[in-house]
Amino acid sequence: MKTKSAWEIVNIARNPMRKTALDYINIVFDEFIELHGDRCFKDDKAIVCGLAKINHNYYTVIAEQKGRTTKENIERNFGMPNPESYRKAIRFMKQAEKFKRPVITFIDTKGAYPGIEAEQRGQGEAIAKAMMILSKLKVPVIAFVIGEGSSGGALALGVANKVYMLENAIYSVISPEGFASIVWKDGAKAEEASEKMCLTSKDLYDLKIIDKIIKEYDGNSYVKVADEIKKLILQDTLEYKSKDYKDIKEQRYQKYRNMGEYIKDVK
Amino acid sequence: MDVDKIKKRKYPVQNKKIAIDIPKDKWEKCPNCKEIIYKTELIQNNEICPYCNYYFRMNSKKRIELITDENTFKEFNLNIKTSNPLHLKDYLKKLDSISKDTDLDEAVLCGTAKIDKEDAVICVMDSYFFMGSMGSVVGEKITNAIEYATKNRLPLIIFCASGGARMQEGIVSLMQMAKTTEALSKHDEAGLLYISVLTDPTYGGVTASFASLGDIIIAEPKAMIGFAGQKVIKETINEELPEGFQTSEFLLEHGFIDMIVERDYLKEIIAKLIKYHKRVTHEN
Repeated sequence: MKTKSAWEIVNIARNPMRKTALDYINIVFDEFIELHGDRCFKDDKAIVCGLAKINHNYYTVIAEQKGRTTKENIERNFGMPNPESYRKAIRFMKQAEKFKRPVITFIDTKGAYPGIEAEQRGQGEAIAKAMMILSKLKVPVIAFVIGEGSSGGALALGVANKVYMLENAIYSVISPEGFASIVWKDGAKAEEASEKMCLTSKDLYDLKIIDKIIKEYDGNSYVKVADEIKKLILQDTLEYKSKDYKDIKEQRYQKYRNMGEYIKDVK
Repeated sequence: MDVDKIKKRKYPVQNKKIAIDIPKDKWEKCPNCKEIIYKTELIQNNEICPYCNYYFRMNSKKRIELITDENTFKEFNLNIKTSNPLHLKDYLKKLDSISKDTDLDEAVLCGTAKIDKEDAVICVMDSYFFMGSMGSVVGEKITNAIEYATKNRLPLIIFCASGGARMQEGIVSLMQMAKTTEALSKHDEAGLLYISVLTDPTYGGVTASFASLGDIIIAEPKAMIGFAGQKVIKETINEELPEGFQTSEFLLEHGFIDMIVERDYLKEIIAKLIKYHKRVTHEN
């Protein structure tokens, strides 16, 4: 089979008909109870949070949610979280630790929302705090990059013990358009940028940033993908059940500690 | 100490008549009030315009001179260099040329120092080096410094000056946000003090990681600080941005920083804050 170009994958990841977090959540878990609000300002709907279970295993689910129709997209702010979304996420991260539930996150965003109010309410602080809370959790965190994982808005849910990525998802520091405009001063070179940026699942696996690629099949393969997600969650649940919280934290620490591409012993 | 003086410093309005035939390498034009300033005068004035109080961006070496006790700064030498993970043409060449111009290896200097006789770990980002952007080397140097502070139970001071994650290193740059944050979590859990000082400019992935995680967050006056860049926000919302948007004063008003401190008093305030937390530090 012909391998897809990075730009083709970018377009698959962005396709509005691509399955969203809630599509997977509804199949992966036996039950999902959505819970709302950051207890400070509002319930921002670009991130959904709730309780879920598979058999007798209980989880806290935190997911970036895009819409499909215009109406849904307006409600979900096109999957671009405001600070309230991250603060809601933080509330559920802490709750997960209190009740000793693993945290399962789904990443799918063009990025945190760039707006006046978002800045007024501390978009940067909200993302930084979410990462810090994840890094301190005594329970395991398992992240799935299912569509677009763009920038800090994605990483806010991505500081995890295990990071899995769908074959046709992308994960990057910025959009290809943004990259082309900053690095080459030409936003029109997005396609060329996407080939250079190492944003496909294969690139990220080679860079050891993700743990595994979840294969996608042609046609309507999302049930198979959901099955694989479920299998991985159950497998990791079992693995971490026997581990001390100190080991869980340390494993997460070491995972990020080793990320960086540099040459040593430079004179 | 007279706390009032923090915000009340008045700059004397000086005689504006300046000789026109001064050599070019000896004067600087203020980008704000357009006055011509003698470089020696500007340096003596901590790189603040004597006419309009405009803050010139301070490079990392001068910042270390300003903040630390004389000859106490000892840099951690990691001897590392980026491996150009995206294999971009010209990236390494560009780095070499900036390195020559600035006499720096990378966009941050990290080490130990004394600040008014108090031991601390200090990291100073440099906006003159690739706009202080964070790639693998900056992330590794800062992480290493945080770990040193945790291990040796030292307070940590980070001076932020950065456009954000370094695009030229792609996803690897993004991961430096997670790496530095993880290290800060350990420093935090050890009960140690972290002071983050935001200077012009502090943006993007730096704002969304260690810059915003200080126990105490200080900013210099009128620094530009934010997550998203103003151009991106304007294009997204298709509206003009309000006056003073994303300045230090804006952040103070909205509750995201603890205080704005004039450059002349930064050392004094930081030293005082370290002393306040010393007892707590040693109890653990």
